[in-house]
Amino acid sequence: MSGWEAVVGIETHVELQTASKMFCGCPVVFGAEPNTTTCPVCLGLPGAMPVPNEEAIEGILRIGTALDCEIAEHSVFHRKNYFYPDLPKNYQISQYDVPICHDGSVEIDVDGDASVIGITRVHMEEDTGKSIHVGEGGRIHGAEHSLVDFNRSGVPLVEIVSEPDLRSPEQAREYGAELQRIVRALGVSDVRLEEGSMRFDANISVRRAGDVEYGTRTEVKNVNSLRSLQRAIAHEIERQIGVLESGEPVVQETRHWSEDLGATTLMRSKEESEDYRYFLEPDLVPMRVDASWQARVREALPELPAARRARYKGLGVDRRTAAVLAAAPDIADLFDAAVSAGADVRLSGIWVTGELVAYLRAGDRALDETAVEPDHLAELSAMVTGGRLSATAAKEVLGGVLDGDGSPGEVAAARDLLQITDAGAIESAVAAVIGEHADAFAKLREGDEKVLGFLVGQVMRATGGKADPRQVSELLRSKAGG
Amino acid sequence: MRGAEAADAAFAAGEVQGPLQGIPVALKDNMCTRGMPTTCSSKILDGYEPPYDATVAARLRAGGAVIVGKTNLDEFAMGSSTENSAYGPTFNPWDPATVPGGSSGGSAAAVAAGTALVALGSDTGGSIRQPASLCGIVGMKPTYGLVSRYGLIAFASSLDQIGPMTRTVADAVALLETVAGFDPLDATSYRGEVPSFGRSLEAGVAGLRIGVVTELTSEGIDSQVLGAVTSMLDDLAEAGADISEVSLPSTTYGLPAYYLIAPAECSANLARFDGVRYGLRVEGETTEEMMARTRAEGFGPEVVRRVLLGTYALSAGYYDAFYGRALRVRTLIRRDFERAYEDVDVLVSPTSPTTAFAVGERAADPLAMYYSDVCTIPSNLTGDPGISVPIGVDDAGLPIGFQVMAPALEEERLFRVAAEVERLAAFSARPALATSEVVAS
Repeated sequence: MSGWEAVVGIETHVELQTASKMFCGCPVVFGAEPNTTTCPVCLGLPGAMPVPNEEAIEGILRIGTALDCEIAEHSVFHRKNYFYPDLPKNYQISQYDVPICHDGSVEIDVDGDASVIGITRVHMEEDTGKSIHVGEGGRIHGAEHSLVDFNRSGVPLVEIVSEPDLRSPEQAREYGAELQRIVRALGVSDVRLEEGSMRFDANISVRRAGDVEYGTRTEVKNVNSLRSLQRAIAHEIERQIGVLESGEPVVQETRHWSEDLGATTLMRSKEESEDYRYFLEPDLVPMRVDASWQARVREALPELPAARRARYKGLGVDRRTAAVLAAAPDIADLFDAAVSAGADVRLSGIWVTGELVAYLRAGDRALDETAVEPDHLAELSAMVTGGRLSATAAKEVLGGVLDGDGSPGEVAAARDLLQITDAGAIESAVAAVIGEHADAFAKLREGDEKVLGFLVGQVMRATGGKADPRQVSELLRSKAGG
Repeated sequence: MRGAEAADAAFAAGEVQGPLQGIPVALKDNMCTRGMPTTCSSKILDGYEPPYDATVAARLRAGGAVIVGKTNLDEFAMGSSTENSAYGPTFNPWDPATVPGGSSGGSAAAVAAGTALVALGSDTGGSIRQPASLCGIVGMKPTYGLVSRYGLIAFASSLDQIGPMTRTVADAVALLETVAGFDPLDATSYRGEVPSFGRSLEAGVAGLRIGVVTELTSEGIDSQVLGAVTSMLDDLAEAGADISEVSLPSTTYGLPAYYLIAPAECSANLARFDGVRYGLRVEGETTEEMMARTRAEGFGPEVVRRVLLGTYALSAGYYDAFYGRALRVRTLIRRDFERAYEDVDVLVSPTSPTTAFAVGERAADPLAMYYSDVCTIPSNLTGDPGISVPIGVDDAGLPIGFQVMAPALEEERLFRVAAEVERLAAFSARPALATSEVVAS
């Protein structure tokens, strides 16, 4: 794409994990039997009316505040009109010209290259139901019949609209990932892309490098993974450059990303695009978020991923570990508590982002389903730095602790993993090895350091791996030098 | 009948449920009643039985009232004659060759004829007050938000309001007090305490300042209607009221503004009737075709006209010229009323420019039909309360209604004036078709 520059803006939808739906009392649950979490309101039955959910408003305020947005003291809901079988009222309650949050920003970093991405607005709306098309590969066209599940209908949905500030597929992916990390840190959504609780629409155009005017854009709808987001944008940039280089204009249209084809395909042209006929929702009154509510939200914000990364950098945590920690607030909280309990920063960083993450992933478990406590990590750390446990054995001990087999000391003792710290025992093992391998020891005496590793290995074998190798080699050296 | 038996049993047991205990009430058929069909007089909801009660229905039941039936209306409350019903027209009990007004014509006729003692109607542009006027009963539209709209199948949400249709002002107070008050299921419902509206029914009008709306008592109003209104004003003056004329210049634009705002809202409110989940479904090759066919077959011509009008008024490129401008007119009308209420306590006018008109007379002329609501529409645009009280009959023996309007939440004052109008008019004529036993009640 030399000579060209891509311009990308992203609309991100986040389903909030509130106790009840946006405008009714139905529970918000994923994976329930179809049409079991519904009522007259979220089914759009005649006469039913919406009542806003304060918990959802609190949720969007947390997101907007975390994205450094201005919060509108007064904002209003609009009706967005379009006919679709999974939209029970055939209008969606959304926000239009007065969103609840606007003019924010988020900082992203791609391989050390930092940039600030503007957030145009963050607004509140309701989710639709889900159509299930039977026959013809699950697409609506050609399907034999369609079923609609309204469990999702009315789930609070936050839409985060970025400025067209992204310039590459990699930046777009990192932007999506950072939003995911922020929302997860806020605890207002599980942001599971594979379950659709977070999804993206990307607006993409290209222009000649140095041009000020934007090119004609296309929109790629409903991208549901970070990888797809990056691939879809990369493909669309390439396609648009191809079109322009062949002398044709880019057509403003909505496109669909197919992960299987690895390509975008036409969904609808601009001529077919809907006129949503927005107007003020007369069933709701304006929302008021006064200064004290705004202040309460601000004060209650947790540490956000960017601040966490910066803090870890200051602690001397390596960049990769800091990134993993910043993306997983529960694990990072464990790490923080362990460090304040005295655990070594480097060792605990390795353990929680390595063994612990692998353990959780392998068993599809959550952190609170394990038995590990911050004090365990501190104890484990002290055992390693005190030479009582090898780094390798520590990992095994951690596995036992996670399984609930006891404290690190108990697990290490039960599995006979403690190192021999008794100087006499090591001395006699060293003496035995010297006697057995006199030739090698003679070479060491002559200054041949190459045999040291061999001799240490023999002592370790003789002690069943429980001697501290550093201590053994020191002992061998002193004997050879003496 | 089961409701009546339950009320009897409650009486026998000495239980006191409320002033409407055992009273037969009719509901306009756009209010949801659990287990009873609720059709909005539309083919598209033929046979539809809601799984829940509208808040007003629930409050009536809780108050011991007996819901005796659902009444006819212009389809989805769109009309002023109750001729636009998929189930046939309702006729005026005073003269079956004339219309009962609308859209709550079924409730008005039921109360006038005595088949129900009291009824609830809904008023979007005059749909309680105008039929009450044409049928010689009391019809009242409360302040917007005073009565929950939950379960009222919406026509135009920012204008719709449920209210009582009764034989007397005192009955209207009792019915309103039973159904009014905050409802957590309606985000637009009034949160304050609901006062007793009937405290001042005997207080008279001495010293009250009554403003006569110039724009609603001049051209376009039938001379016999004007004559009756003028004579009532003389009576009120004699009773001690201070009568003056008040001009509300923006009300001239009330009718056109209303016929943009109401259709715009209805175009969205009625979008849900698509054949997917309930009511009529006409099959098609695709989902879109099924929806289009269902709506084409399910909606009558007046509904189609308003949905199209509203869709157009909200469309990109037309919004500002139509819907946006109508909203600005609405604000101007509100200001006119606010200014007027600085100088007067209530405003009055005829309720309807004419008495009941002949069946079929305005059916082919939508504009003439729309003009029926010229006096009542302003109160819907402002959200203020209004009431129609019968004050006499014309040469043909058809009733004439007198409208009283008051500022928002001033229901007590509204009823106070209405009660005096009722006393002064001493309106005792009954329609030819009334059932005798209720007349005696």
